[in-house]
Amino acid sequence: MSRFLRNQGWVAGLFALLIFLFVVTKLIQPGYGSGDFGSLARAVLPYAFAVAAQTVVVIAGGIDLSVAAMMALTSVTAASMMNGASEEYALFVVPFVLAMGLVLGALNGVLIVVTRVPDIVVTLAMLFVLQGAALLVLGAPGGAAAEWLKASVIGTVPIPGLPDWADAWVPKALVLLAVCLCIVWIPLRRSRLGLSIYAIGSNELAAFRSGVPVARTRIVAYALSGLFAALGGLSLTISTGIGAPIPGPYLLASVAAVVLGGVALGGGKGGLPGPIIAVFVLRLVRTDLTLLAIDPNVTAIIEGAIMVAVVMFGAFITMRSRPAGATP
Amino acid sequence: MTDIATMPQPVSFGRRLKRFMADRPLIPLIVLLIILVVILQILRPGIVNERWIANTAKFAIPLAILAGCQTMTMLTGGIDLSVGTVATMSAFIMATQIVNQDPAVAFLLAMLPAVLIGLVNGIGVGVFRVHPLIMTLGTSLIGTGFLQVYQRTVIASGARIPDFLNWLGTGLTYGFPNALLLFVPVAVLIVFVLNRTGFGRLLYAVGDNERAARLSGVRYWQVITALYVLSSLLAGITGLLYIGLIKAPSLSLAEPLVLPSVAAAVIGGTSIFGGRGGYTGTIIGALILTVLTTLLTILQMPEGGRRILFGFIVLFVTAAYLRIIEDR
Repeated sequence: MSRFLRNQGWVAGLFALLIFLFVVTKLIQPGYGSGDFGSLARAVLPYAFAVAAQTVVVIAGGIDLSVAAMMALTSVTAASMMNGASEEYALFVVPFVLAMGLVLGALNGVLIVVTRVPDIVVTLAMLFVLQGAALLVLGAPGGAAAEWLKASVIGTVPIPGLPDWADAWVPKALVLLAVCLCIVWIPLRRSRLGLSIYAIGSNELAAFRSGVPVARTRIVAYALSGLFAALGGLSLTISTGIGAPIPGPYLLASVAAVVLGGVALGGGKGGLPGPIIAVFVLRLVRTDLTLLAIDPNVTAIIEGAIMVAVVMFGAFITMRSRPAGATP
Repeated sequence: MTDIATMPQPVSFGRRLKRFMADRPLIPLIVLLIILVVILQILRPGIVNERWIANTAKFAIPLAILAGCQTMTMLTGGIDLSVGTVATMSAFIMATQIVNQDPAVAFLLAMLPAVLIGLVNGIGVGVFRVHPLIMTLGTSLIGTGFLQVYQRTVIASGARIPDFLNWLGTGLTYGFPNALLLFVPVAVLIVFVLNRTGFGRLLYAVGDNERAARLSGVRYWQVITALYVLSSLLAGITGLLYIGLIKAPSLSLAEPLVLPSVAAAVIGGTSIFGGRGGYTGTIIGALILTVLTTLLTILQMPEGGRRILFGFIVLFVTAAYLRIIEDR
């Protein structure tokens, strides 16, 4: 019970930090309004899906280094399939790309289970493979996205009964994110499978002895990670209108947000809301730096330094919470 | 299954082969190298001559030194993904600072970021216990950011490759590449340090059983910090050599070498989990990869296909070594 309170306390604290950052933003830029919030939500979208992908695997006691490469591959696949195709064709592209992410993610899991090579090596190798595949699909940034898909993240969702000024603060991108995450996460969290994922992350041997199918659960966790990564790749294509074969900085960002979101890197702890709020916090810091008219390259340095510091802090906490000498 | 161990039975060929590979890992590697050269000669009769060998050596040397960084860090169970960025930074700073500065000053300025990044890596891994992969990935992101900021301050002054580096990178003396003048001492030093000094033994000890090493009085963080600084310094020197070879300073100069350097160390028999391996195998691994790259270029395999292949090589070789070790 106390752990539950502590975890929720962490998320609540993070939420308070987010509110505080919004206040700071408003102070820096008094004109910060609903439109800026909408663009923040759009910018967060790929990061949030990358973080969701990482969260599932980290809770299961692993790590997925191939997240960013998976996003690049799914993004270029979607962009090149929709290039020059009709609007209706995109109806087929979306499920295809999602299935691709699911299968490739499951492949990660199968390779880990079958070869017994540690997850960090397998997903590193897969990072190379997926990067190569992305380059094969599209040598240079290009492709296209269907108009209705692009429209699905721009603008706001009109909610009946709400005044217009409140509507303006409900960007479509945010609704899309919430719907996608909830459809996967809430049933998972309440199912036996979700419990198994937490169980193998917290103590694999104990889980095995209590009859949890460890191998199958691990494969499912990686498959879900692949699915989220594919959603991230799709959102990249949708928001930029093209696909780029070179992975963005999503790997480090996802690990940093997972740590900041209160999910222990050892596994078995935390949930999805924390990391998602954490990703908003990290993006908002970037917005603030930009609003302060800091050179974008310097912003990249500061952002990288913050992420490294967060990961260092997280590793430090993990080390403290374990018996001396055990490797984190 | 247990009675097989107690009864004297003829050892199967597969088992004998495995044991042979485990005892003398260099021989199969050399055989593989020769096979690749023979295939090359068959595909392009006459390609294998003195000039080709010198050329292959020239391209294998920077890769072999970077793979040396990976070998040493892998011996402790780590990895150094920042070598590409460090090499690029040193090369770029050298090429731009030489325009206005004394060569010695330019050299020191070029080595400064290498030492700093190595120090941050070492402290992050050794003191805060961040996973080396995440840590070095983070510092390489930050390093790239700094390089972009730096680039804009030197656009006006331009860049030039010092004659000495040109000579070292591309020159031949009596048919031997001048780069050997740098490589032979470096290789001897690495082999000597790993096999004959206390520091080298500490690296193996830490990688084999970190807890036992700590309990027997090894100051973990000092060993790790020294290791990552050394690795970064080597990467910086490689950058200088590489710019003499490539002759075009860019912001992603040595980035394509990172993945092959990991692959070379893994192929060379260094365990990615630590405690096992050596530098001689890595050198042959680097040669194998260079010849393989030539072969793939002749076969017109695109860059993407090459990355996929390298990824699978890393995965396959790691899995194979795991089996061999388990069998003993």
